[in-house]
Amino acid sequence: MADTSLFTIFMEGVFIKNFLLIQFLGLCSFVGVTKDVKSAAGMSGAVVFVMTMSSTASYLLYTYLLVPLKMEFLSLISFIVVIAALVQLVEFVVRKNIPSLYRSLGIYLPLISTNCAVLGAVLLNVRSDYGFAQSVLFGFAAGLGYTIVMLMMSAIRERSTLVNIPSAIKGLPQAFLIALMLSMAFVNYFWVIPI
Amino acid sequence: MNLNTLLIQSVAILGGLGLAVGVMLIVASRKFKVETNPLVDEIMSILPGANCGACGYAGCSDFAQRVVDDDAPIDGCPVGGFDVAKQIGGLMGQELTEGEREYPFVLCNGGVNCIDRFEYVGMEDCKAVMMLSDGEKGCNFGCMGRGTCVRACPFGAISIGEDKLPHINKNICTSCGLCISACPNGILVFAKESERVYIKCRSHDKGKDVKAACTVGCIACKICEKNCPVQAITVTDFLAEIDQSKCTACGICVEKCPQHTIELRGVP
Repeated sequence: MADTSLFTIFMEGVFIKNFLLIQFLGLCSFVGVTKDVKSAAGMSGAVVFVMTMSSTASYLLYTYLLVPLKMEFLSLISFIVVIAALVQLVEFVVRKNIPSLYRSLGIYLPLISTNCAVLGAVLLNVRSDYGFAQSVLFGFAAGLGYTIVMLMMSAIRERSTLVNIPSAIKGLPQAFLIALMLSMAFVNYFWVIPI
Repeated sequence: MNLNTLLIQSVAILGGLGLAVGVMLIVASRKFKVETNPLVDEIMSILPGANCGACGYAGCSDFAQRVVDDDAPIDGCPVGGFDVAKQIGGLMGQELTEGEREYPFVLCNGGVNCIDRFEYVGMEDCKAVMMLSDGEKGCNFGCMGRGTCVRACPFGAISIGEDKLPHINKNICTSCGLCISACPNGILVFAKESERVYIKCRSHDKGKDVKAACTVGCIACKICEKNCPVQAITVTDFLAEIDQSKCTACGICVEKCPQHTIELRGVP
């Protein structure tokens, strides 16, 4: 088990190893679902939820099944299976018991089941040799970092519909330019602050 | 560990995992099954999913349910407009004829051009301002500019500009009409894009009173009425009105209006 403090893991997950702007994972949703703040918030909520859940499940799977059998090389494919199944299961339960939550998360949950950011968080947990609490916290923090960036990006894109933008870069190119500036800010800002 | 056992073990683990997960999902899907009409889901997938409530029902899924069960109108979704209504009509076996998209339009040119009778201090809301002797503005028909429409818009399509008048961003606007019902003074109306000439004033006050309060209001001078080549404008009850079916958008009235009350929209 790695002896990194929980606070460090939290700050790493949210800022220093930010999934969208520093590791460039989960970019499809970063560009696809940030047209308005509301859907970005819905997507982010679902990601936080799924990342925490899948970090928990995959830690248990890895530590109690794959490591004792010396089958660590199977981690990638078995994580995919477990995450997809977990998302599906959660969808069933939420749909039955909390229909209002299902309606707001509904379309985003299946999107996430194969999201690379979720798998990335799980694999980073394994690679960093995190313990149970550390894994769960890192999953949650990574989701939180994702949320922050999604909200920033969607707010900027929503505002920028009111501005005159050259037609050549309207739409996706403009989103990429915004992403570039956000990313530069994130990398440089958190590079110089030692945590 | 030789290659054979390794192979068998990996297949067994992955297969076992897949089997266990599959069985679990089957059990879960049986246990948490929700019975729904497939038609409702199909209509849901057509609807915009904004959950704005402009149709009068609690969100898109409620509307879809009502369309199937309770005869809610198939064109009841103002956000989706004609396209959505046509698709729902296709599912429900009903035909629909096309209407043109309408956007809210501000029937006031006042804002900073209109004098204040007193200084209002209080709740920043048009309805509250209205309650205090019909508002601070010199004109009883004008826009208060306190942004009740801005807050009513679930899409953030309206903003109050430098001129203290609401501006509608047509890229975001979905024509749901919530701002129109929210405005306490009836400043906002639906207007078609093809109806290009509009009189941005709804004051029925006499010309002298309008002139005293506002530099851009209609003073009923009848210059537009006299100059219109197709007689589309008539001044009744101290306010010019345009018959949109006659108007050719020639722009003569816009040039001649001494108060610059008439606007020609969408100049190419």
